[in-house]
Amino acid sequence: MDEIGAGLIRAIELILALDPAVVEITVRSLAIAVTSTALASILTVPLGGLIHFHNFRGKRAVVNLIQTLYSLPTVTVGLVVFLLLSRSGPLGSLGLLFTPGGMVIGQTILISPIMIGLTIAALSGVGSSVRDTAVSLGASKVQAIFTIMIEARAAMLAAVLLGFGRALSEVGVAMMIGGNIRGYTRVLTTAIALETSRGDIEFSMALGIILISISLIVNLVVNRVQGNWWA
Amino acid sequence: MIEAIGVWARRGGAEILRNVSIEAKEGEILAIIGPTGSGKTTLIRILNLLDLPDEGSVLFDRVDVTEDERTRFLARRRMAMVFQKPAMFNLSVEKNISYGLRIRGASGPTVRDRVRVALREVGLSGYEKRRAFSLSGGEAQRVALARALITDPELLLLDEATANLDPRTAETVEDLIRKAAEGGLAVVMATHDLDQAVRLASKVGVLIEGELVQVGSPEEIFKSPQSEEVAHFVRAR
Repeated sequence: MDEIGAGLIRAIELILALDPAVVEITVRSLAIAVTSTALASILTVPLGGLIHFHNFRGKRAVVNLIQTLYSLPTVTVGLVVFLLLSRSGPLGSLGLLFTPGGMVIGQTILISPIMIGLTIAALSGVGSSVRDTAVSLGASKVQAIFTIMIEARAAMLAAVLLGFGRALSEVGVAMMIGGNIRGYTRVLTTAIALETSRGDIEFSMALGIILISISLIVNLVVNRVQGNWWA
Repeated sequence: MIEAIGVWARRGGAEILRNVSIEAKEGEILAIIGPTGSGKTTLIRILNLLDLPDEGSVLFDRVDVTEDERTRFLARRRMAMVFQKPAMFNLSVEKNISYGLRIRGASGPTVRDRVRVALREVGLSGYEKRRAFSLSGGEAQRVALARALITDPELLLLDEATANLDPRTAETVEDLIRKAAEGGLAVVMATHDLDQAVRLASKVGVLIEGELVQVGSPEEIFKSPQSEEVAHFVRAR
């Protein structure tokens, strides 16, 4: 118990002193997770919209498949992307294995299903009366779609943030594609795994506290933004 | 202005509208009356081109607007509809009312001025910054009317638009409808309030089980019903 208490105090000291290693790993984690989430948003929001607003054969099956991929194991994505990016793989010539760019690709693939699925769910949550009202007031098809997306903005933002949370907290892709190279691809989760195994509990706890704090801050910001989003 | 010709609507094997033909001209208030489930809402939605008839056509300004989406869109831009249960966008009252103007490309102080005038007309001055979701049913109904009228439509479609209002507010809304018609607007309103039909309408159509059984002036409908079913329905007044 004393060890945990002492570790906690030391961890807080490391954070407050802005320990260069802690700061560097945190900034890299955020940069990679934000880039993955932004890239996934660009792909998944229009794709989710396309699936929601169009009726086609097999739509139900596509949605079911997307929902199944929500719980895609991170190590499986790591393995697939590893094979794609490895020297003998189809994308090996890009030289992205063990780089932050490779980690971004892996995380984007990992979080896309949940973001597409939740985008579809968010848009489905807007009643048909909203579409009817927009159209009856003279909205074009595109304007009506845009109006529905605005109405679903809170749920769509939640989808994006859930994707961000999954990207920030996953270990499999970061470890297998990034390789946990110090000063290059080491992120919060892989550093915690490594430092814990090496016995540097204080450092791990400091990174753990940061990881949880980021999630908390993101949630607080979202709640604040959503509360004022009707104006 | 708007004309339904031989309109049929079927849903799940049931005939909702059966060979309905009716017309509303500029400055005319046409009330569609009939019992619940007689097809009033379906007819109003077809006139607004939200739904298409299974058979028959809708002419707007003598042009068949059921043909293609582009024609329907252009016709819809010249009309507005208020639903029985109006959907508010999860925005401020101001943004709700200005919606029709904004999608037509308007912005800036002119829009704000028009919203202010529209709110005054429906008795909701100072409501601009209120959250639309916080409005009562009656307030939302008035905002919906202001939202419809602000685009200066040539045709106003109302589906039981005063059903949720207290008598005093209903009177305000009726005055607005009357004023709009006096300004040359064609109004088609579905209502189960027979007194309201008498007060407002210049023409009344009686819809029973999807069939338009009689069309005429309020006096003709209420004093000289042409069939037993019309007589039975209007006797409730």
